Amino acid sequence: MLALFLLQQCLIGLTNGGLIALVALGYTMVYGVLRFINFAHGDLIMLGACAALGLVAPLGLAATGGPPSLATWLGVVAMVLLCGLFCGGLNVAVDRFVYRPLREAPTLAPLVSAIGVSFIFMNIGLAWIGPADRGFPQVVPAASLLPGNVVQFGWKDLLVMVVAMPLIVGIMLLMRTTRLGKAVRAVAQDRTAAALMGIDVDRMVATTFFLAGFLGGAASVIAGLYTNTISYQMGFQNGLYAMTAAVLGGLGSIRGAVAGGLMVGLVRALSTAYAGERWAGAIVFAVLIVVLAFRPEGLLGHRAKEKV
Amino acid sequence: MAALWNWIGQRWEVVALALLAIAPLFVPALGGALGGQVTTLFIYCILALGLNVMVGYTGLLHLGIAAFFGIGAFMVAILTVPLFPFQIGWLVATAVSIAVTAGVGFALGGPVLRLRGDALAIVTLAFGEVVKVTLRNLEQVTGGMKGLNPVPPPGAGVTVAGTDLGRAFAVDPRWFYYLVLAALAGVVWAMRRLESSRLGRAWAAVREDEPAAAALGISATQVKLSAFAMSAAVAALAGCLYAATLSTTADPNAYDFNRSILVLCAVILGGLGSIPGTLLGVAILVGFDTVLIPAADSLIQQLSGAADRSSLLSLASWRLAIFGLALVLVMRYRPAGLIPSRRLAAEWGHGRR
Repeated sequence: MLALFLLQQCLIGLTNGGLIALVALGYTMVYGVLRFINFAHGDLIMLGACAALGLVAPLGLAATGGPPSLATWLGVVAMVLLCGLFCGGLNVAVDRFVYRPLREAPTLAPLVSAIGVSFIFMNIGLAWIGPADRGFPQVVPAASLLPGNVVQFGWKDLLVMVVAMPLIVGIMLLMRTTRLGKAVRAVAQDRTAAALMGIDVDRMVATTFFLAGFLGGAASVIAGLYTNTISYQMGFQNGLYAMTAAVLGGLGSIRGAVAGGLMVGLVRALSTAYAGERWAGAIVFAVLIVVLAFRPEGLLGHRAKEKV
Repeated sequence: MAALWNWIGQRWEVVALALLAIAPLFVPALGGALGGQVTTLFIYCILALGLNVMVGYTGLLHLGIAAFFGIGAFMVAILTVPLFPFQIGWLVATAVSIAVTAGVGFALGGPVLRLRGDALAIVTLAFGEVVKVTLRNLEQVTGGMKGLNPVPPPGAGVTVAGTDLGRAFAVDPRWFYYLVLAALAGVVWAMRRLESSRLGRAWAAVREDEPAAAALGISATQVKLSAFAMSAAVAALAGCLYAATLSTTADPNAYDFNRSILVLCAVILGGLGSIPGTLLGVAILVGFDTVLIPAADSLIQQLSGAADRSSLLSLASWRLAIFGLALVLVMRYRPAGLIPSRRLAAEWGHGRR
């Protein structure tokens, strides 16, 4: 029984972790190329969720209660693509008009600007969906796929897996095997050297912002369909766990963000089960502080050589 | 005349303090609600000066200053409220609270000092969340969401020249005004002295070039830890004053990330590492919220007529966007702040990445 209970918690943790990892990838990729934490990323996802809510009816989706039909799955995929494009485009625009003029500015400047952008996003969200929590239709039901009551794995959990896993694997392959990925990695290593090798740095940075935004858009759809409630303030909580995951895994490391996301999901699920929901956040952050005390570069990060 | 202006320019803080000290004689409203608002503004100034030690002087990004503000407020409340057997009086409790909070800052600083700037920022942010959640959940000690009250006024039970000080504080808010103003003056004076002290120069050296500072025999670890502790101590002082003026700790959500960010934005907007800049930044941001927006909104309402109460037409509903846009624009056109510290401006002028 105990083993089954543990298995159940791990399943919950991995599902949540997949969602956190998608968001964490957005933080770590942007950090990789520009060396700043994009504080607006969580609120970008909030805007994505607002867009997703607006797309429910036009895509012919509705809460049916039964197992999702093929049309529902296609609708969800279309929603993921549209929200991905929306968030990706928005992210590129913000980079173009806010961060690009600050490339040579002091290190704090982009970070503080990102905090500013996050406030602007929050205000847009507030004007868009209002100050109260908004319900998100239960397009994909929570009902369990497995027989019996011992271990539950619902349609919603399956949804997270089928959306998050291909995207995570896809982005890892893209970064590791393609020419584009190689160029982005070169920019991350050394912007000047990359430019000297004929790489268009600004375009690679914009590409990174687009990919990060696309993953964020996908995450926003999952967040809406999974939690069934969105609000203009959801960006901070989502962002906080994902930032924790990115730092835990090692800022700038793609594999680190995925590992960190899954780990944060697991720690949160297990501490919710054993210590209660209200302590879960504090335990996750305590784990972060302890891990960083021993491995300042994060679990899979590289120790940065200080240039003198 | 030029000599007089010069003298004022050098001693601006003395002039400003003198003006603020006599202000209640000429502005009777300071004895009422306005006095309370101005007192809160001063408390934010103290908090911002504390944060400035970390972010401005030492160059360590700190996103959880409100946690130390909260620890200070709750510590002083635990030591003074009738609910607990300590009741040692506000002044002693404040001293204990500052010492304890500085110790907490020291304890947090120890394990995270090896982190690079951005990871450190996230850890301080996470620490802020841990403290908030802990304050909220430890109901037996902190009163949970209700907070702790009543925090007795400073000097309760002490009688000087026939006046019960606690009574005086409870009756006339100007006592709080002068108490907080005196504390602010003390902090400004201390920061001025620290800037040019051995420790202050060590902070600047570590900020500008850590390996070079180490080569000159400065222990970066000690210097950074002292910055952590100093920041925490000043924030705790602000927290003690806050709890005393409100006579309650308020609920733990009052010490969350939003407050940390507000104070951080004030410091950066005004000018990192610059005392007048920090004070100006707080005045602008807090004034923007409590004075400018309500004033502008009542004006808009008059202009548009009482019939139209659309929430999108009020400035208050665009507060966040205005705030965010201001941050973006200041970073674009004046990255060193409105009144930059000369030293930091020079450092950034060299095109450091």
